[in-house]
Amino acid sequence: MRKVAIVSAASRQEEKMLDNEVEMMVPLISEVREETGLDQTEIGFTCSGSSDFLAGQAFSFVMTLDAVGPVPPISESHVEMDGAWALYETWVKFQMGVIDTALVYSYGKPSPGSLQDVLSTQLDPYYVAPLWPDAHSITALQARHLLEKGEISTEELADCAVRAGTVENKEQYFDQPTLADPLRQADCPTYADGGVAMILAAEGKAEELCEKPAWITGIDHRIDSHHFGVRDLSTIPSAKKAAEKAGLYKAEIDLAEIHTAYTVHDVLLRKELNLPLNPAKSSKNHPIKAETLMASGLLRIAEAARAIWNEEANRTLAHATSGPLMQQNLMCVLSGEKE
Amino acid sequence: MPEINVPSSIKDLEQVQSVRTPIKMEYTFTPGVAAQTYLREFANKRILGTISPVDGAVLVPPRGSDPRYGALCEEFVEMPHTGHIGSFCVTNVPIPGRDLELPYISAWIFLDGADVGFLNLVAECPPEECRIGMRVEAVWKPDDEIGMTAENILYWRPTGEPDLPFEEAGVRGWHVRRGEGSDA
Repeated sequence: MRKVAIVSAASRQEEKMLDNEVEMMVPLISEVREETGLDQTEIGFTCSGSSDFLAGQAFSFVMTLDAVGPVPPISESHVEMDGAWALYETWVKFQMGVIDTALVYSYGKPSPGSLQDVLSTQLDPYYVAPLWPDAHSITALQARHLLEKGEISTEELADCAVRAGTVENKEQYFDQPTLADPLRQADCPTYADGGVAMILAAEGKAEELCEKPAWITGIDHRIDSHHFGVRDLSTIPSAKKAAEKAGLYKAEIDLAEIHTAYTVHDVLLRKELNLPLNPAKSSKNHPIKAETLMASGLLRIAEAARAIWNEEANRTLAHATSGPLMQQNLMCVLSGEKE
Repeated sequence: MPEINVPSSIKDLEQVQSVRTPIKMEYTFTPGVAAQTYLREFANKRILGTISPVDGAVLVPPRGSDPRYGALCEEFVEMPHTGHIGSFCVTNVPIPGRDLELPYISAWIFLDGADVGFLNLVAECPPEECRIGMRVEAVWKPDDEIGMTAENILYWRPTGEPDLPFEEAGVRGWHVRRGEGSDA
């Protein structure tokens, strides 16, 4: 496998942004290009992730290329998925041996529309989507199942809410009324507008661009069924498989940046992956507090890389999820060593 | 097609050919800083452009960045209400949703000083007399109908001034003004 590293990243999240997507992304893309000293003509491949359903506009990602500057013409691609999958496509392109550098970015701006409605449209279009079930309620169905089965406890959800910082303490958690029973507000995400841009480079080039490149030592993504009825909602086989394939268990990790927008998903995923609950090993900015559809996953990868650049960690896990109830999962293991 | 077995009670029913599941979603569009500034001033009958920080190109209407380079455009400039036709199209067939009298002329209008064109209608000009390089001026809606909308200018009409030479009209003018082959 060709060794590829993340060498620069920039991100921004705000609850409601008045900039449009182009105005939001220009400073981020400019920042990573300036930090690495690369201009667009020196970047082999550009790949982005975003959703037309958030923008309310067909082919909205084409407009956002105004933030990149595709003159002279560039090699470019897009996924209607979280940017973590754009990074995966880019990583494959590196493995093909056709590029040495790449720009990956993703963004989501849910504030102009109703994210709960947008999320409903990703469901099975015949039997489920016409019922417009909202994301909180679907997650509550899963949470109820897990609680009744004894797989998780409300104590664990409360602990997670405290860890994530949606409440200050457990008393505060239990004082909250339920929002979508059994979930409370503290269990559910606050949505944010935001974006992230990063530069990747292959071995040989990465060392020139960054003092301590964050090497991708393993990356894999897997998918569970689209139909809730055939899934066992008390387990996430796709996440477990992806983690194993990405080499998560080959060595200890110092930090796990997991993309869990609900406490129940955080608790479940940590159990499934056997991840430590030690707060020191958790992200400082939990996605529950600022969930940006299409960008949160890539943002986790950026944060996992940042910990390596800052020498706060040497081996990190970044996780991204997409689809209803963590249907699709991507695992990316980063290291300060090439391994 | 494989044979599909259904209960005998529904065996003779007509098969479903399609299903309709209407979806409606509402958005409150965020125009962004550039479009917002443009539309506010457009409601005051002023046309703003932005200046590219890379090479000084004047872009109308502003979109927030110079899309060629991905560079933020933060400097605005007020444009005159006159320009020339860079290219045009005469529509002779009705298009659903557009109740304009046929035939009508859509044109790529280059405001004086602008480096890019923008789409608008040309009227008070028979289609056979419309030409690339023809000088035009804006005809605005009555003052009490003007708002923050792209519809403020009803159409553009000929001024009667001499044409711009074909070689200098529209995007060709870009190369003339820059004095070299540009990527734009």
